[in-house]
Amino acid sequence: MSPRPTRLRRVSNPPVISGFRPYGGVAKEGQAQSVFLHLEEYEVIRLCDYENFNHHEAARVMDVSRPTLTRIYAKARAKIADALVTGKQIIIEGGKVYFDSEWYKCNGCNCLFNQPEKSVMPEKCPLCGSSEVVNYVPVDESTPVTHRAPSDICFCPACGYEKEHEPSQRCKDEICPVCNSRLMRKNNLLLKDI
Amino acid sequence: MKVAITSTGQSLESTLDQRFGRSAFFVIYDTETGGVEILPNPNKDAEEGAGPASVRLVASKEVKKIISGEFGVKIKSLLDSLQIQMVVYKEPEKTVQSVIDMLSK
Repeated sequence: MSPRPTRLRRVSNPPVISGFRPYGGVAKEGQAQSVFLHLEEYEVIRLCDYENFNHHEAARVMDVSRPTLTRIYAKARAKIADALVTGKQIIIEGGKVYFDSEWYKCNGCNCLFNQPEKSVMPEKCPLCGSSEVVNYVPVDESTPVTHRAPSDICFCPACGYEKEHEPSQRCKDEICPVCNSRLMRKNNLLLKDI
Repeated sequence: MKVAITSTGQSLESTLDQRFGRSAFFVIYDTETGGVEILPNPNKDAEEGAGPASVRLVASKEVKKIISGEFGVKIKSLLDSLQIQMVVYKEPEKTVQSVIDMLSK
């Protein structure tokens, strides 16, 4: 069985620089080895250490689960530590991400557009002038929503209510809107019984 | 403000070209004066680097917005640094004139 495809991580804005280079020391110029810090790892450092979010909040911002976020964070710290200790240069690139503020969709004429001024949300469509502008979320084509695993559904053991599992939200923290009991993850074992 | 629209032909009745780098013509439309300039694309049949070359061509006309069906992978960062807005409009049936009408509305 092939492994589950990686979930796209949401990154608010691309970093202002593309890397760091060490200076001084005994390492010869031009022969510096590099550490490739992925964009999601840059974002996790920004959220957890610069914005002082806790892992729960940061996971919600990046649209991944809390354990995944902690794993990305551990990887990011390991890479940065490696660069600091062994004097490698850091190159920020790659990773499975999409940029949150990058693309917008106009519901009036169905066009997509970006905004060179990153911090301002566009009010009008640049093409038809309609104000029905929404954030465009690219759909990861390798994981269509219809083919979600059964384990991506939260269900209520008391009354059988089901809802789609939200990443970064624990099923047992959610309350069933029908009978007020706690939800749990619908796992594969239960599916066999059904 | 000047807007570049990719076109398949030399008149305003031609349809939108769905590619940016290798589009046949660029229609440069000035939203303030209503003036139109049609440029043939010298990179139409280029094997490599058509996108960046086309960006240089339209950027030299001080365009602030580009309307096309699709943009290649090399173009995004280039247009970001030049502060040019990209508009992806996937309507191959529309004519350049109808897009200009939408812009001037």
